[in-house]
Order: sequence, then structure tokens, then C-alpha cells
Amino acid sequence: MTDRIGGGFHAAHWDEPLIDEIPGDGGRGLLPPKVDDAIADAVGDVPAALPEGVRRAVPPALPSLPQHRVLRHFLRLSQMAMGFDVTVDMMGTCTMKYSPKVHEYVARLPGFADVHPLQDPETLQGTLEILYRFNRVMCEIAGMDAFTFQPASGAQGIYTNACLIRAYHAARGDGGKRDEIITTAFSHPADAATPAVAGFKVITLMPGEMGFAEVDALKAAVSERTAGLMLTNPEDTGQYNPHIRAFVDIVHEAGGLCAYDQANGNPLLGVVRAGDTGFDMCQFNLHKTFSAPHGALGLGCAAVGVKAHLERFLPRPLVTYDGERYGLDYEQGEGIEKIRAFIGNVHAVLKAYAWVRSLGAEGLRAVAETAVLNNNYMLHHIRQIEGTTIPWPKNTYPKLEQVRYSWEPLYEETGVASHDVLNRMVDFGVQHYMESHVPMLVPQPFTLEPGESLTIAEMDHVLGALRRIAEEARNAPEQVTAAPHSAAIRPIDGDVPEDPDCWAFTSRAYRRKRGNWANVKRGLGGHGGGYS
Amino acid sequence: MGDGFVHPYVPNAAPEPRRKLLDAIGVGDVTELYAAIPEALRVKGLLDLPPALPGEQDVRRHLEEIVARNQPCSGTWLNFCGAGCAQHYVPAIVDEIVHRGEFLTAYGGGTYSDHGKNQALFEFQSLIGELVGMEVVSTPVYDAGAATGSAVTMACRITGRGGVLVPETMSADRRSQLIGFAKPFASVETVDRDPATGLIDLADLRAKVSAETAAVVIESPGYLGLIETQAQTIADIAHEAGAMLIAGVDPISLGVLATPADYGADLAIGDLQPLGIHMYAGGGNGGFIASRDESRFVAEYPSIMFSIAPAVEGEGFGFAWSTMERTSYDTRHDATDYAGTTQWVWGIGVAVYLSLMGPEGMAELGRGIMQRACYAAERIAALPGVAVPHLGQPFFKEFVVDFSGTGKTVAAVNAALLEAEIHGGKDLSGEFPVLGQSALYCVTELHGAAEIKRLVSALGEAVR
Amino acid sequence: MGRPALGLIVNPIAGMGGSVGLKGTDTAAILSEARARGAVPQAGARAAVVLEALAAARPGLELFAAPGEMGEGIAREADLRPSVVGAPAEGETSAVDTHAAAEAMAAAGARLIVFAGGDGTARDMAAALGDRVPVIGVPAGVKMHSAVYATSPRAAADLALRALAQDIEARPREVMDIDEEAFRAGAISAKLYGYLPVPYAPDLTQSVKAGGVSSDRAALSGIAAEIAGRMEAGRLYILGPGTTTRAIAEALGLPKTLLGVDLVRDGAVIAADATEAAILRALDESPPGAIVVTPIGGQGHFLGRGNQQIGARVVRAVGLDRLLVAATPEKLASLRDSTLHVDTGDPDLDRALSGWRRVITGRGNETVCRVAA
Repeated sequence: MTDRIGGGFHAAHWDEPLIDEIPGDGGRGLLPPKVDDAIADAVGDVPAALPEGVRRAVPPALPSLPQHRVLRHFLRLSQMAMGFDVTVDMMGTCTMKYSPKVHEYVARLPGFADVHPLQDPETLQGTLEILYRFNRVMCEIAGMDAFTFQPASGAQGIYTNACLIRAYHAARGDGGKRDEIITTAFSHPADAATPAVAGFKVITLMPGEMGFAEVDALKAAVSERTAGLMLTNPEDTGQYNPHIRAFVDIVHEAGGLCAYDQANGNPLLGVVRAGDTGFDMCQFNLHKTFSAPHGALGLGCAAVGVKAHLERFLPRPLVTYDGERYGLDYEQGEGIEKIRAFIGNVHAVLKAYAWVRSLGAEGLRAVAETAVLNNNYMLHHIRQIEGTTIPWPKNTYPKLEQVRYSWEPLYEETGVASHDVLNRMVDFGVQHYMESHVPMLVPQPFTLEPGESLTIAEMDHVLGALRRIAEEARNAPEQVTAAPHSAAIRPIDGDVPEDPDCWAFTSRAYRRKRGNWANVKRGLGGHGGGYS
Repeated sequence: MGDGFVHPYVPNAAPEPRRKLLDAIGVGDVTELYAAIPEALRVKGLLDLPPALPGEQDVRRHLEEIVARNQPCSGTWLNFCGAGCAQHYVPAIVDEIVHRGEFLTAYGGGTYSDHGKNQALFEFQSLIGELVGMEVVSTPVYDAGAATGSAVTMACRITGRGGVLVPETMSADRRSQLIGFAKPFASVETVDRDPATGLIDLADLRAKVSAETAAVVIESPGYLGLIETQAQTIADIAHEAGAMLIAGVDPISLGVLATPADYGADLAIGDLQPLGIHMYAGGGNGGFIASRDESRFVAEYPSIMFSIAPAVEGEGFGFAWSTMERTSYDTRHDATDYAGTTQWVWGIGVAVYLSLMGPEGMAELGRGIMQRACYAAERIAALPGVAVPHLGQPFFKEFVVDFSGTGKTVAAVNAALLEAEIHGGKDLSGEFPVLGQSALYCVTELHGAAEIKRLVSALGEAVR
Repeated sequence: MGRPALGLIVNPIAGMGGSVGLKGTDTAAILSEARARGAVPQAGARAAVVLEALAAARPGLELFAAPGEMGEGIAREADLRPSVVGAPAEGETSAVDTHAAAEAMAAAGARLIVFAGGDGTARDMAAALGDRVPVIGVPAGVKMHSAVYATSPRAAADLALRALAQDIEARPREVMDIDEEAFRAGAISAKLYGYLPVPYAPDLTQSVKAGGVSSDRAALSGIAAEIAGRMEAGRLYILGPGTTTRAIAEALGLPKTLLGVDLVRDGAVIAADATEAAILRALDESPPGAIVVTPIGGQGHFLGRGNQQIGARVVRAVGLDRLLVAATPEKLASLRDSTLHVDTGDPDLDRALSGWRRVITGRGNETVCRVAA
């Protein structure tokens, strides 16, 4: 390794202005098609005839740039982003993995991209066939009886689960009586948030000594008011709760439904199924586990699966197949209200289907096992980095998809916090890690999820970076606390985005408010991201 | 599973790296790593899935065969269906940028690792802000329906009220999305449509607005295409009652139509898909929410928001997620809305689109679309027995075509159009029975005189 | 606003008893005994960690220090030039010196005082300062029942830096202390002595001043609304000490003693700062509604620390199922071992209360926490 920071890496540093501040001399990026004379002659300047107050008075202050400059601007921006295509990303709970390019090729075909959701189903057979086929595939993977792909993200998928639980109890006349959803502190925040949005009260189980919720805690939570259980397993800590079957049984005995948030389901493919575990419903993130690209924070898709007794509550339309033709059934019946426009992010379904077809049953199992193997390889080595600890030492089970680690010893020794390490990672040419979701029960947390895509060398690179940062924390802490040094930009003021007098969400607000910036303390900041 | 699965997507499943990893961690077999999972819950053997197609060319051929069973709205075919998903031209550069792997495969990166992504999203916020004339725009939300639900419940929290008034002409789908979402927070009531104008019945609005009204929702253009020319009056009625005005807009119309800020809207929402995003059978949809720059608004946004911020030293700038404790990531069980993965890469596409179009482009495009739509509506209305109600009212790109006078159903007309390689308008006979055998037609910049002539003559044949 | 001035007070003998099996050093005799047993000062070393971090981040920091080993010495070692306030102690330092130094720093305009010590020191600080100046405790004592300490010296330094850099809110935190004689005899009898304002920064990486109401405040008003909503006519409600229960009283439009146990029935306070006997008498007159208590920040006791008026007899009279524990999610997250504690002095009752219990965390929301005796 050379003496250069980060072993020689430096991000592209284009110093690219905001697009509305690039001088363009009134250039044109694209000319709309000319209106045929026949049309213009027949109808005249239609908007000119609009009443005042209905017509736009001042043109929008959009950029005026020649075409190549727009392209160049956004290509430069793209070079200052660390997608999985360009570097390692082990952000925990995000299941970053390779998104095969052949899927993009097919999804871009006009036959798939340029179809309208309401065109006659006879002309939509291809898209419907993919939805139908993948429905069958998901039923087998999850041990469920039917799926919908309407929700456009994991959170929306979990929300859909909450709506299904609401509809189920309402249909039984229990709507007002069963108003409590039980979740765990280490399930994704959406498992607590979305039932709350659906109108439920939420009971959160704190972890026990093993780091996961205990059966006795659940027993203290269930009652005749229990509507359901919504959780992840393994949780965001990477730990699988071995008592999961007892959890399901206790909630069922209390009269509730059980929803399995499979946001961390990657290590379970072909290993254990939500249906066999007794769950009534589940959701998978197709943009995580099933390789559809994460799309900078979306184009997501949730596959929401249910057992037969809940099928009638799925949101409409449903894809049908009569043995020859595929169709869409819009009959509302007892279906819950619409979750997302039309039939969802079908491009994500196409890619997920393609991924499963490429791998097959043996391949899915290999994905799961390899992700677990990689995770335990990381665990094995991180455990040996001085300054780290693994929470809940009593829990000696191997971890599954990810591990929540702690830099607490390093912090106490050196004052270098997990957030500092996170920023410093970028100097090594890798995407930084995720710290933790709320609640932050683990001090100085960091969460790493290697997934199945990476090579040993790629994992070793990240391990090397972490090792070196821990050394720097002792020998040259300012190297870490003033990081990043080799990123696309230098540290920014973390107070401005939090101050109502200074924050600016658009350039027009920025132009008006930047004069206030001088009054703000210059504290290092910048959000590390790491949510999903 | 035996050791030795070779596949390009799972490098460490191959025998050599797998053995290396097992040795490194001191485990004999991978199944030992699943010790936490009770034996009884584990899958025995392999799942029953279709055979693997590990060769790239095989999976590609398989998908191409299936996709070929679609009849897209391109090539020799024409499409006049909109209703919440519209076919517009997608510039080549938009396609280029949204497929950049750096963006497409990015996710939760932060201020420093994903600076370029952040700037692109900030520019999305900025350019939508210019279109709607507002200073606060969040990152994309799921779609216009989700934006409506979030904006309505934001208004409920800001005003402390629980009543919401929406136009009778709101689409059934959007209404369903709204009602499902707002159920625990708001009661949604419909304001009548004035049969004479097709717009909101102001007398009915005045009768229904009350001290319980959190928001009045308008859509301009509305679902049925008409521009709500009474927007300013509606805003005044809402504000006098202490309610907010939420304006749903078609952003591609805002080169020529007044901004929501112009007529006093407090919140603006809409769908992004018209701005350079392929339809993907609805997968192209994405939404936005905008407002004035006030803390009481910002505090209620559900989504992630990028603020620009200065470099600590020197002249540079960067972007950070602002006020995250608003979001469900922090509030968990106290959440009133939820954040998550949405449609960000489409937001980047929209930023590219608006940067390309510029102020003149958006004005020319908007004018051209209105001219084409007007021209098409007039030609269609001239067909025997075919009516375009409210032809005298301003509309943008969509309009209702009533076939009742022809004795034909919309279904029959659309079936005939398919024979002529035309996807006809959306059948409204189930959604709005009061309109009879009506369909909703959408005309965009893709339709010149020749395409419109082809439609009109095919319709002429169909209704004969 | 002038330059940020920080005060530093070290109780050099804090913690000396612990290492040699003595529980606290509140009297001169015990201190001598501790020294005889070979105890060495520790608080100074812990405070030094804080000062070094502060000096590194803000080399020119304006600092008030108590004289000699009460702060001045370690400040100079950290290359800071402190203004020394208060008179040097004669012989061993004592509560009087702490009190005088705190008083002088407040008068000199300190914006924040960092003190290293234990519960005895915290009591002295509270007595001298009230709510005039925010403080941060550096954990260094044997007795650590108060909620005013940062989790470590390092965390104290980070919090201090943040509080000096910008105006952040300070919130009242419990100052507890126990009877050392009883403690040495094996019994704990903790008393709530008051509150000290401590800068509020829930997570150093997170925002603390969003445009809206902070989630912790929202949770507090949610808890208040939830409990107020559960109250039934004619029943007696026993509200323990603390800001959480005060918020409940406020939601009912009632006054609330911060340190005492107040009794509420039918929307009125029928007794303020009630003794155990008074509570038992009130229970003879009205059917029980509920006991509402909140755990002490950081250490998690919700019975037997500072609310001994709600003794075993009261709990039994009201019924275990009518014991409501309320805490914001943030307070629960701050618990050192994610566990709540009870110490009613009645082993059978403590056992009955142990296990998993629902804690009210907001409007309609609850968290199930482990309770240990």
C-alpha cells in the first residue's frame, strides 16, 4: 500500500456547479416536435386563449443549456456516486448485490418499457405472464398461496401487510377490538411505523440477553386486543430468533395474524419458508433479495404473499390465467384499497423473475449459504480488530445475513466514533457502512452485510480498510475525524440542513437563504445515509 | 447441498473459495452456520422451481420470448390511453442517465460517498420547485396517489382538522389509494362536479367546507382533462375556512399553465411519469410533493429531503438528509406516515428531462400538446353520434369522448381500434356511469396530424 | 453572546471508596479509611480524558477551573489556561469546596459546568446551582444513581463540545443519593434530591432541532394523553416523582410536585407530596386507579429509588396489574443494560414484579421491557 490516503483512491472531483448555475448562453437541450401546420392553422395558439390567471405568466426558471452540456453534467454527477456497479457496498439491512445487466437490457426493450397499464390485456400478455409466473415462483419460495407485487418498496409492502391484518379483523367484526400490533425493537422501523400509519397501536418487544425478543416478553404482550405480529427474522442485528415458531403459535392462540417481514430474507432462500414457519403473510424486497437494482433509493418492489385464507383481501387487480390467456381481474370484492398506481413496478418483477430463473433452486440455496458464509467470514475477522465488540456475547449462534457490531471500545479509547469511521471508509474507495436503525441500543454501532456477490478479495479490502482506520484512530485520529479526504467533496457544515433559517431544498430557496449561512456554526457534518 | 455450485452471480459458492472461507472461520459445513434455525423449520431438499437457465443467452431468450407477447404502444401502433400514465417522448439522454450503473445500483449512500446522486436529487427538487413555483420539494414519493394521501394527512396535522374535500372527478384508483391511506386520520368527502362545466361545483364546495375541513383538493388538469379555471376562487374559499388548498397538477403542463403557487395552493402534488419516464405498464409512475418553505410544512413531510450545505472550508457545497427525525425511520411506532425506498432514479430522470427542455422547451411542448389535443377533440367531436362534452372548456391533453350517441359501447369501439393497431382511450363507463359510454382520450406530442387523422378515421369506422 | 465559558469541578476523592470495598467517601473518617486501605484518586484521571478531548477540539477554550486538584491541575496538564475560581481547599476537599466552586462559576457566567464525581458531588452541584447552569457529569463515583452522567468520559467530552458549539436544550435529570451508612450495612435507601439541567442530545449523529416537535417531546405528550385517557372516575391515581408524571398532571391541567408523590382523583389533586401512610389512608377511602411511575434515566429503577413512598404495601394495595410504568422510547434506549429494576425492600414483591412488563411509551404504544430485582 502506498502512503497516499486510502491506498491511492480518489473519487472523481468535478466541482460541478448546480445545473442552474452553469452558463449556457440560452442554449437548447431538446426541441419539442414542431406542430403540424394543419393543426396550428385549425386551432391557433390554444394556451394564448386561456384566461389570465390560468395561463402561466412567467416561464419556469429552468436551465438553458445545449444538449451535450446537460449530458456532461449528469455523467459527471454519476461519477461521484458509489453504486454497487462501481464499488463494494456492504450497507447492512440493504442487501446490496449484483444486479445483472442482461435484465436491464430486456427491461429496456420497447415491448416491455412502452406498454400502458390499461391497454387491452390481450396486448399485455407478456407482462402479465411474467407477473403470473413469478407469483408461482414466489409461492414456492415462501410457502404461501398467492402474491401481489403492487407495493413499490419494502415499507409499502409491510404497510400492505398491516392493511391486510386490518381488513381481516374488520371482516370478522373485530376491527375496533383488535387494535394492537406486536413487533420487536430490532425489526426494521417500518414494522412499527406502518401498522401505526394503518391505525394500530404498537407494542414493541425489547431484546433479551441473547439480543432477540424472548417468548416471555411476547406472552406479556399478547391479549384479546392483539391484531397481529409483524417482525423481521433474522432481525437487523443479523440474529435469527430460534423461538420464532413459538411466537407464531402464541399470537395465533391469541387470535392474531402473523406477518413475516423478509427484508432480511436473503440467507433463508431455499432454507426456511415463511409459510412453513406458520406465518399468514409475508413480504420480500425484490430490489434487495431478488437483485432488482436499488435505483438510487427506488425502483423498489415488494412481493407480498398470503396464505389462502387471506387471498380475498389482496389489492386489485389480480392477475388471472385460464390456461391459455392471462387477464386482470378488477372486481373489488373484499380487496383492500389500492396501495400503488396500476399493477406496481413490473420492471422489478421482470428482473427478479429473471434472477430466479438464472439461478434455479440449487442456485437460490447457494445464494443463501454463500451470503451466510461471507457474513461469518467478515465476523470472524472483525472480531479480531481491536476496538470492536460483538454485542450479546451470550449469543454464540452464527449470525445470518448481517452483523451489528460496535466500535464502543475504540470510541472510549480514542474518541473516534462510528460515524467518523463511516466517513473515513469512503477514502478507501468503498461505500460506507450502515450504523443502525433507531432505537440505537448498541453503542457506536455499525452493521455490515456482505451478501453473496462479493469475492474474498473484495471482503478483504473492506477488512483492511477497517483495520487501518482503527489503527489511525489510535495513531492519527484527526485523519479519521476530519475524513473524508479523497471523496468527491470535502466535509460540509452539518448544521445548515437542520436550521430552518438556513436549510434549502431547492435552488430558489438556496439563492434566498444562503446569506444566512454565515451566521451558522461550522460544525462537521453531513448525513451518512445508511437507511433503507 | 454439495460443494461446487458455479454461477457468475455467486462467486464464493464455487468449491475453492467456499473451502477457503469455511477453513478461515473453522467450520466444516455451511449447515453449521444455520444452527439458530430449528431443524423442523428447515426446507428438506430443494425447492420445486422451474429449471435454472444459468447461461445468460438462455435467460435472455426466455425473457425476450415472453416480452414479445406484449403489443407495445410504439412501432406501427398508436396509443391514446392516459388516465394516470401518459405516453410522452423519452429523450435519449434521459435513458442514458437513468441506466448509469453508478446511479441505478446506488442506494443508501451519504453526503460523501454519493455526492453526485445527492446533487442530482437536489436538482430534481429544485427543478420541480421551479415548475410549481414553490421552495420546498421532497425527494420522489411513490406516485401521485401516494402524494395525495401524504399531502392530505400533512394538511390534517398542520391544521389539526380531519375533513378533506376532493373533486367528484378524481379517478377511482386515486380515490381508493387516498381513502385507504387516510382512513385513520381523515374523512374524505366528495365535492360535486358542475354538470355544465365539468369543474368543481362552487356552491356545493361552499356548502361542504367547514371549520373541520383540513384541505380542499383540486386537480388541474383534472382526471377527465379539464383545467380547473376556478382555482383561485377555490383557494379563497378554502383559506377563508382555515383550510389548505392542495393542487394536483400534471407537471408537463406547467410550461403553459399557471403554477399552483400562482393561485394560492399550499401544497402541490403530481406524478413524475410524464416528464421523460417510460410507462412500464405503470412502473414508470413516481410522485412529488411541494410547498412553501415554512417549518410547520417541512416538519410534516414524510420523505427524505436533501438540503444543500456549504463546505466547512472553501467554496464548495454538498448535500445532506435534513431533519430525519420527521420520518418513520426515527419515529417508529409514533409514525403518521412512512418513508422508504421510492422512485428516486425516476427523479434523476426528471431532473435530466427538465434540464434538457428548458423554459422555452416546456412552453413550446405545452402549447403543442394543447394544440394537438384540441385539434383531435374537435375532429373526433365531428364524427356522427360522437360527442366531446365541455369542448368549450379549456383542457390540457386529455378529454372525454362520449360514444353513447353511436349506439356502440366503448369496449366495442376499443376492440375495433385494436384491429387498426390503435390502443383506444380508457373506458369510463364503469368508473363514471353518469357519463354513459364514454372514454378518456390522451393526446401528446407523439401525435401529429397524421396520427390524429389515423385515429379519427379508425374511430369513424368503428362507430359506423 | 460571549465566548463559551466552561466550568470544571473535580471531586478528587470521588470513587476512592469503591476500589477498596467501601461504599462512598462522604465522611472524613471513611476517606481516611479508604486511604489507609490504599485507595488512589481516580476522578482526576477521568476528568483528564474529558479535558484532553476538549483541548484538542478547542485549543483556546475559555475555562473556569476549581483550584488545585479540583480542576486547575489537570486543566494545565491539558495545555488549557484556566481562570481559577474559588479558594484552595484546606486539607482534604469537601462538599463545601464543591459548592463554593459551582457558585463562583455560575456567578462568573459559565455556560456549562463539567463535574467529575458521584452522587454526593451531584447533590452538592444541585444544591449550589439549582437549574441555573447546565451540567454534565463525568462518571467517577462509587454511587451512581443519578441520571446526570454521560455514559463515559469520552461521551461527556462530545456532549460538552456540542453544547458549547450551539444552543442546545438542557433537560432536568434526577439527582439521587443514598444513605451511605445504610448502604455499607447492605441496604439501599435512595432519595431523590432534585434535578440538574443536562444538555439534551439524543444521538450525536442525529439532528436535535428539526422544524417540528422533537420525537421525545411528542412521546412525552403521547404518554400523558394515554394515561389521562385511561383514568376512571372515583378512583385514586398515585403519581410518582419526575418529569414524565409531571407531564401527565399537566395534561390534566393539574400542578405536580417534581420530587414528591401526588394523589389525584376525579381530576383534582387530593394530596401533594404524600407519605406512604397518607397514600395508604387515601386508598382506604377510594378504590385504586393506578400507580404511575417512571424509571430513573440510565439506571432504570422505577420502584425503590426516590419514590419509596410507593412502598410494597402501597403496591400490594393497588394491585400489580394497576402499576403503570411510563417512559419515552429514548429513556428506554438509554438504559445501560436494557433492563428496568425494582427494589421495594420486599423480596416477594420484587420477584412478582420481575420478568417482562409493558411500559407505556406513547399514545397507544407500549414497549415490553425486562424487569429485574
